[in-house]
Amino acid sequence: MGNSVDIIFKIAGVGILVAVLNTILKHAGKEEQGQLVALAGLAIVFIWVIQLLADLFDQVKSVFKLF
Amino acid sequence: MDVLQIVAIGLIATVLVVVVKSQKPELALLLSVAAGVIIFLLVLGKIGSIMDIIKDLAARAGINMVYLGSILKIIGIAYIAEFGAQICRDAGEGAVATKIEFASKILIMVLAVPIVVAVLQALLKLVP
Repeated sequence: MGNSVDIIFKIAGVGILVAVLNTILKHAGKEEQGQLVALAGLAIVFIWVIQLLADLFDQVKSVFKLF
Repeated sequence: MDVLQIVAIGLIATVLVVVVKSQKPELALLLSVAAGVIIFLLVLGKIGSIMDIIKDLAARAGINMVYLGSILKIIGIAYIAEFGAQICRDAGEGAVATKIEFASKILIMVLAVPIVVAVLQALLKLVP
């Protein structure tokens, strides 16, 4: 329960961090690195969410006997 | 008090989504997906116990298990398809959402064919 709610805070943290880093890098004139940071953040969050979705689909499959 | 937990998760996720959305809309979308999955997982166990009760009642009423199984599958497909379609619609992709709903309707129709055939056969038996 607590573990699963943690992921919301983790994603929001990554989002805010990426936004701040993006702004800093943009001010430093390194826009392409800012893009890379945004892409990396998106990839990390995507992996978490995909794992969560796989968990959901497995549970739905076992509850509704969808095989 | 699961309601309180669920409402709290929803409110926290909403606030965080609004904060993140102005900077990174794609991460906000993933955040709302995660919140939806977590809320769904919280109530899925209860759906499972309801399903067990329905199965028990159906066994007592002597309903063929094949029909009940396909009804359960239809409900599962509808839940998952609705979930995906709502996420797509949230992200502004109404077209993809409509296609997901369309595909799920076709899959549900495939599953419902045996039941429709059984109903028609029962009707044919009634008609002399």
